[in-house]
Amino acid sequence: MALKTWKELPIGCVVYEPGSASEYHTGSWRSQRPVWDDSKCIKCGICYVFCPEGCVQQTEEGFFKANMDYCKGCGICAHECWPKAIAMVEEG
Amino acid sequence: MGKRVGMEVAMAVAEAVGLCNIDMAAVYPITPQSHIAEHLSDLVADGKVDAEFVTVESEHSAMSAVIGASGTGARTYTATSSQGLMLMHELLPIASAMRLPICMAIANRAVSGPLNILNDHTDIMPQRDSGWISIFVENGQEAIDMSIIAFKIAEHKDVMLPVNINIDGFQLTHMVEPFEMPTQEEVDKFLPPFVPHATLHPAKPVTMGAFAMSDYFAEIMKAKDEALKNSKKVILEVWSEWAKLFGRSYKPVEAYKSEDAEILMLTMGSMGETAQMAIDELRGRGIKAGLVKLKLWRPFPFAEVKAAIKHAKKLIVTDRAISFGGPGGPVFSEIKSALYTETQRPLIYNYIYGLGGRDVPVSDFIGMFEKVLADLAGKAADTYEFWGVRE
Repeated sequence: MALKTWKELPIGCVVYEPGSASEYHTGSWRSQRPVWDDSKCIKCGICYVFCPEGCVQQTEEGFFKANMDYCKGCGICAHECWPKAIAMVEEG
Repeated sequence: MGKRVGMEVAMAVAEAVGLCNIDMAAVYPITPQSHIAEHLSDLVADGKVDAEFVTVESEHSAMSAVIGASGTGARTYTATSSQGLMLMHELLPIASAMRLPICMAIANRAVSGPLNILNDHTDIMPQRDSGWISIFVENGQEAIDMSIIAFKIAEHKDVMLPVNINIDGFQLTHMVEPFEMPTQEEVDKFLPPFVPHATLHPAKPVTMGAFAMSDYFAEIMKAKDEALKNSKKVILEVWSEWAKLFGRSYKPVEAYKSEDAEILMLTMGSMGETAQMAIDELRGRGIKAGLVKLKLWRPFPFAEVKAAIKHAKKLIVTDRAISFGGPGGPVFSEIKSALYTETQRPLIYNYIYGLGGRDVPVSDFIGMFEKVLADLAGKAADTYEFWGVRE
């Protein structure tokens, strides 16, 4: 998404498109990413419940993964995961 | 051509706003603005003005309420003073960033502490950088005229910015003056219906006041700065239209006997009329003194200010506020900045005066001129002094 120049901004920065916040990919803020070890995962879903971004999804096999467009790498999922199936790995 | 009436200025301001077909007002009473709040609420309660008058619990709520109402496309008004303005402070840059044409009267009063209810400009100056158009009036007639004019400037499609009208507390708000009150018909002819740039409505949802991070924040600030600077063109157009309809003309900088003046004084607000009397007396003594009155504070009229003052040998800038530990008064600071690039410029002196309602008679203005005239070597130039403080 090309960034607008100051002249292209709508007056008062009014957003005319509902739900457009989803276009803002906060995942760029991340410095660490959660990596699931499915061999340790017991499919309890506590990562899904605690994710403050709501970006943890369940796969067809019942395991979990994060949508990296929105995951900020806060590590709450890894902290809450009591079987320790999630590791926070440095980005880059 | 209007009606000639005698009335207290604050009440007349409420009457004038009542002629502007406002949809909503949220005003929290505070001395010396209270009579605007009370009289406007009376006009609504008596069915003379068809608007919602929201009785809020604070000025923070008053500004919040007018921001919300303006977002729905309503023509909104509020008024405040001193501590009330300080309580609104957080919201002022939001109103301007959202480009909501809210109009507000400020009955200028000293900011605490110590607590003081009387007139100076220490309340508006901390709001200087909030992105509002800021106008100072000199007398009751101007207060009425600008209260009506404000809506037309604010709501112009090329402006869409909030406007504050600074009316010296007590010195102006509580004076009973004779003036010409425009008729409803005349105001209707002058002021078209408000056409908002966007409205909050469930039929067409929009987001106002959204979040913006470092990738957009600077562009948004630049757009706001350009909008405020460009508003001067519209301000001049609207003032000129007013002059044609009502015969009273306004300029960003008004001059009195300044063309051939060697020593000039610059004032803002109600002090202009007293200073004018001092000029007459000095002229009578053969001193080439003149006066420059600054009406438009934001956007700052650099070109007009420079044209009005650069030919003088000496300039006395008067300030009714102080930037503590800084360069002196805020007006002084601005004038110095305006003249920095000029090769021909006067020596500039700054007097901080009339603080907390202290009376400034004609003799004080004459005293300032005498002191500056006596400074032959220009030693006191570029400095500021608290006028008349006890040593």
